[in-house]
Amino acid sequence: MTLVTWLTAPFAFDFMQRALIVAVLVGAICAILSCFLVLKGWSLMGDAVSHAVLPGLVIAQVLNLPLMLGAFAAGLGCALATGYLKRNSRVKEDAVLGIVFSGMFGLGLVLFAKVGSDQHLLHILFGNMLGVRWDDVIGTAAVVVPVGALVLLKRKDLLLVCFDPAHARAIGLPVALYEVGLLALLALTIVASLKAVGVILVIAMLIAPGAIGFMLSKRFDAMLAIAACAAIASSVIGTILSFHLDGATGPMIVVVQSVLFAGAVVFAQWKRRRLQAA
Amino acid sequence: MTASPSAGWLAFGRPAPVAHPAATIDVAGITVTYANGVMAIKDASFALGSSTICALVGVNGSGKSTLFKTLMGFLTPATGSVTISGLAVADALKRGIVAYVPQSEDVDWNFPVLVEDVVMMGRYGHMNALRLASAADGLAVDQALERVGMAGFRKRQIGELSGGQKKRVFLARALAQGGSVILLDEPFTGVDVKTEAAIIELLHSLRREGCLIFVSTHNLGSIPAFCDHVILFNRTVIAAGPTQATFTEANLARAFGGVLRHVRLGGADLHDDADGRSITVLTDDERPLVLYGEQDRETMVPPGKTEQGA
Repeated sequence: MTLVTWLTAPFAFDFMQRALIVAVLVGAICAILSCFLVLKGWSLMGDAVSHAVLPGLVIAQVLNLPLMLGAFAAGLGCALATGYLKRNSRVKEDAVLGIVFSGMFGLGLVLFAKVGSDQHLLHILFGNMLGVRWDDVIGTAAVVVPVGALVLLKRKDLLLVCFDPAHARAIGLPVALYEVGLLALLALTIVASLKAVGVILVIAMLIAPGAIGFMLSKRFDAMLAIAACAAIASSVIGTILSFHLDGATGPMIVVVQSVLFAGAVVFAQWKRRRLQAA
Repeated sequence: MTASPSAGWLAFGRPAPVAHPAATIDVAGITVTYANGVMAIKDASFALGSSTICALVGVNGSGKSTLFKTLMGFLTPATGSVTISGLAVADALKRGIVAYVPQSEDVDWNFPVLVEDVVMMGRYGHMNALRLASAADGLAVDQALERVGMAGFRKRQIGELSGGQKKRVFLARALAQGGSVILLDEPFTGVDVKTEAAIIELLHSLRREGCLIFVSTHNLGSIPAFCDHVILFNRTVIAAGPTQATFTEANLARAFGGVLRHVRLGGADLHDDADGRSITVLTDDERPLVLYGEQDRETMVPPGKTEQGA
């Protein structure tokens, strides 16, 4: 089998085409957001919001509301509750975050077991990339494209809010609004990624690309570009590999991202040693 | 101090002074309480006018940073009012009147931003919502970098700079912003003596242009050299006014309680004759304040002299 057929063979199948499109969309949007999360020290926020989505999904189903609405409300609620508790108690943010999101995740599992669901728990947790339908692809794109455009257009202000909130404030930017806005976009992104990679694996996609970009760049726009390229490459390679190895697609993409991250660590160290030697 | 090559970064000609609106800070009876019930500032009042460099002095936890946060609108006083250049804080901020130079410890130096990116952030208030830099913005950045002598470092990542260079970058950002009220938080921490002298030169030239510069500092010894006004602060204003009249041992003792290191040399301890003069060293573990003369009539020794002795 030649390389070209090895690369193209998977996409003879409709479901693989849809998986690839969704993987690239989700990978790209998560990569863009991950840059801000890594720089703001909010990496665990992605973890927390994605776990907290679960009870929202179940409650929305019970109330016959759109699942995505429930998930979004629960995810954003977790982030805002954490901020409120941090300001009004002596407990540090990481501890508050841990309690709030694991509590909500626990509640979600209890509710899930109690009311049952037409969703598979495993699909919610780990996604079902090969099972996405065309309307799922369109739904994901309908979130990813506007969220991505908004973040990219406002990236300078968002970067300033992460870098120096005091200066942002001093020039009259509504810092709190930007922070809540970033959390809302994070919750939206997680909801849009649910179908493809699930609430657990999306965490990796919200950290690894930003970390790769951070290590390999001196400038923010370069960081964004490297993160997005690494994520899209991981999505493509992961999807193809999962087909040939007959493995799960979402996890395979996350594995490829982790390998790229390890490669970036080694490369950054090699570059630093070479600079020191020179 | 003689102009050395490394201090020469202030010596070159600079663009015509910008006309600033009358820079003032009016704080009237403010009380600031945190959400956890701690009252950080109680009934503090003071007023500062343009062409002023004022030091804000007090122990750690005396509410200095709370006062700065209030001036920048992070905190809203429960009672009293803050007016900057005749405007409410939020309006003053929107017009870019207030420039802030952060403490070095508050900056994440690993951030992927270059020197010129940081200085350009000072121009954001002058740009449209997408923050696209115009030629005027580029020019302001060039001039600000020139003025602090950092033009040769514009493509450096900020973590690749020395302590003094880092400080100069953030000063350049304040210059590029063109704010007439400039808040500096510990401008001399981690800065070498030459850079400190150069920063003081720069502040003096900004004062000549009409700026109001408000400096929070632990560096007691350098205050007489560059501040014309002093506010001693501990939850409220302990003393405020021109440096010569306000920055006295008695007022410092009131503001700091027993926190300052206090060393007195001379008088009867050192010799048997009737020479009552003594040297008093007051320090908050930064550069000390040195007083010399008859008891209770000591005068400040300018920092330059202590340097030469060292």
